Amino acid sequence: MSGRIRNTPVSSNKSVIRRLGGQNVVVFLIVVALFAFFCIVSPNFRRYSTILSILDYSYYITLIAIGVTFPLITGGVDLSIGTGLICYSLIGGYLVVYQGWPVWAGMIVCVLCGALIGLLNGFLVGTMNLPPFLATLCTMMMTRGLGSICSTGLGIPWPTAGTEGGWFRTIFKLNIGDLKLPLGFLWILLLTALMSFILNHTKIGRYIIAIGSNKEATRLSGINTKYVYISAYVISGIFAGLAAIAYSAIFASVYPGTGAGFELEGIGGAIIGGVSMTGGVGSVVGTLIGVFVICILKTGLPFIGLQANWQQIITGIVLIAAVLIDLSRNVKGRAINR
Amino acid sequence: MGDIILTMKGINKSFPGVRALNNVDFELYKGEVHALMGENGAGKSTLMKVLTGIYKKDSGTIIYDGKVVEFSNPREAQQAGIVIVHQELNMLGHLTVAQNIFIGREFMKGIRIDDERMNDEAAKLFKRLNISIDPTEKMSNLTVGKQQMCEIAKAISNEAKIIVFDEPTAALTESEVNELFEIIRDLKKKDIGIVYITHRMDEIKLITDRVSVMRDGAYVGTLISKDSTKNDIISMMVGRVIYEEPKTESKVPEDAPVVLKVENLNAGKLVKDVSFELHKGEILGFAGLMGSGRTETAKAIIGADPKESGDIYINGEKVEINSPRDAVKCGIGYLSEDRKRYGLMLQRNVAENSTIAYLENFLKGIFIDKKKENSETEKYVESLAIKTPGIDQLIVNLSGGNQQKVILTKWLVRNCDILIFDEPTRGIDVGAKSDIYKLMNELVKAGKSIIMISSELPEILRMSDRIIVMCEGRKSGELRIEEASQEKIMHLATMWI
Repeated sequence: MSGRIRNTPVSSNKSVIRRLGGQNVVVFLIVVALFAFFCIVSPNFRRYSTILSILDYSYYITLIAIGVTFPLITGGVDLSIGTGLICYSLIGGYLVVYQGWPVWAGMIVCVLCGALIGLLNGFLVGTMNLPPFLATLCTMMMTRGLGSICSTGLGIPWPTAGTEGGWFRTIFKLNIGDLKLPLGFLWILLLTALMSFILNHTKIGRYIIAIGSNKEATRLSGINTKYVYISAYVISGIFAGLAAIAYSAIFASVYPGTGAGFELEGIGGAIIGGVSMTGGVGSVVGTLIGVFVICILKTGLPFIGLQANWQQIITGIVLIAAVLIDLSRNVKGRAINR
Repeated sequence: MGDIILTMKGINKSFPGVRALNNVDFELYKGEVHALMGENGAGKSTLMKVLTGIYKKDSGTIIYDGKVVEFSNPREAQQAGIVIVHQELNMLGHLTVAQNIFIGREFMKGIRIDDERMNDEAAKLFKRLNISIDPTEKMSNLTVGKQQMCEIAKAISNEAKIIVFDEPTAALTESEVNELFEIIRDLKKKDIGIVYITHRMDEIKLITDRVSVMRDGAYVGTLISKDSTKNDIISMMVGRVIYEEPKTESKVPEDAPVVLKVENLNAGKLVKDVSFELHKGEILGFAGLMGSGRTETAKAIIGADPKESGDIYINGEKVEINSPRDAVKCGIGYLSEDRKRYGLMLQRNVAENSTIAYLENFLKGIFIDKKKENSETEKYVESLAIKTPGIDQLIVNLSGGNQQKVILTKWLVRNCDILIFDEPTRGIDVGAKSDIYKLMNELVKAGKSIIMISSELPEILRMSDRIIVMCEGRKSGELRIEEASQEKIMHLATMWI
């Protein structure tokens, strides 16, 4: 090369990867530390049944968090997933309980409804150029109302275990004799692997990251950004639909008017897990780990005598810490640019 | 020179209220570098955006490779072989070099993206172009020059027949410019037609074959580069030749009061032990290579970046400046090199941008006194000759030179006596450039003092009363204008490299 052109140092790139990997490891250690802390402080916490209940209550949050990771990486957000999951569960449950539909059909309805609302979000953001916050705030309100209308304002009990159609609850918790197996966690791991693959190794994943990096540049690269947005929000919607199934399977009844706030736990988990609010950066594995910080706090704090309100305050503080980490990482990134 | 590859004839394009292109003709041969020149807002970029399908033309014909074409989006143009290397680089910082080059046409292995193959292909491509860049490097880690080379590589891999460069050298260092020119000469040999939009006169003879000039959205004419002089081109561009005379001696008296004194300033790696004095009514030039610490010094002075040590005196009095707010209170106004990012609220209008730094002066109770705001702004629009349809025009619609004047207005409204111009004429065309020069001379005559950071040596020599040269974060020398020359400055600027 005759020294005409200088070689670019490669080391900085590797350290970026290490740093991203580093955050996953750090958050994972926080999960372990939190768990250990609660185990030590509260004897009641160290029971198999506690671990089971942490997992039970984590599924629906984890699912919406995995889903919302995709809009977040485009630089957007999806607020409709919380009220959405309740809405889909109500619609599906209504058809199953009052219309005699088979449970599997009700489950498919949940996912389809999610995909539809995702499509609407994607259309509003990608085609109509609405800001994501605004677009999904609107669908958030719409789904809340829609759920109440469809269920005529009543709570809906999906079939309980042991009754006809109750089999669907075993998707998430399998009972073999006295032993209860948290089967749902297996699905979560599989879905995490699948979505991680989609994000990192397929076109749509690549374009979602690209849009989060620089929307205009992506458009000028000849990519149809409209479809990329729609895909990101449909993914988010489908996962809200899956979360609806998980929610129905864990809780005895689903009540209209609830669900607001779930989305914040999901988004919070994703951000603790290293997804950048400004887009372009994030991983599904990180999101999974991040959600568990929130879920363990949620289950663990009551064991040391701190009730729900305290849990929210502490979750808020954890979130601030996570965002500060994100900011400092951005500053470092900028320093490299210069 | 080869055959004609592109003919644009009678192109018209209007935006609401503006006739952007008025019956423009343009012609390009294979293997030719064809410069497109004109003041900002003359329509160069618009013409190229029409060509590549970013804008739709109102009328006219485009004949490309023997066929009449009309591209409805950049992708179609790209597929046909016409690519723009944009002025503001359009790179995806979070992706790797190879991922950027093949964005939109990834190699696939089933549904999986074949990143290994993309890295291989990118490496081959770089080898062919004699560029050494690691394809797995993250794009945001590259310098602007390298990023640009990636864009060129991307264009080549698209089998481009026409490459449009939109002010490619605006942000490059000198050695990077030379690398770029070598690549462009290479592309010529490959029979690729090149449109080269630039503001830099010296590049015309260096790299281009012909030069077409546009003015106010209309085509003025085409010259053969080697047969034309700088003045020919300038007079075509502005229709008039005005230039501020270069300074040969300083008119600032030796004993003019010191308005700003900086002592042993340290801040980060690029500001080490910097001391200097700024006299009243003086233009103090800051010369040096890119990354020599000039902007960083300015930012440390105005408190935008934290300083580690050092004292600052204003009119002999020691002051503490820990934030830009403090600096403004001390009467220091900073005009950033990156106007759009640090200087302006692009989506707000001229009046709002002018008064933002001194809003407390425009209050009536708790309300903003719009009348006062407007009348004050009008005053400056007139005295600085800001070209705008009205003070309610959005900044984003003004040309670079006029945007610069609005930032200046902001500091003048605030009564700043010390003005720091960082690359005052970057991206500004010749006509507006001399406007800015004239303004700066008028300002110092009126008793203001100016620090001017500039990478263009002619600008430094034309404007400064005194010149400070920086190298590797340190002051490497100080020259009076009477003794300064390009050679002396370059010698000081590279003293420790």
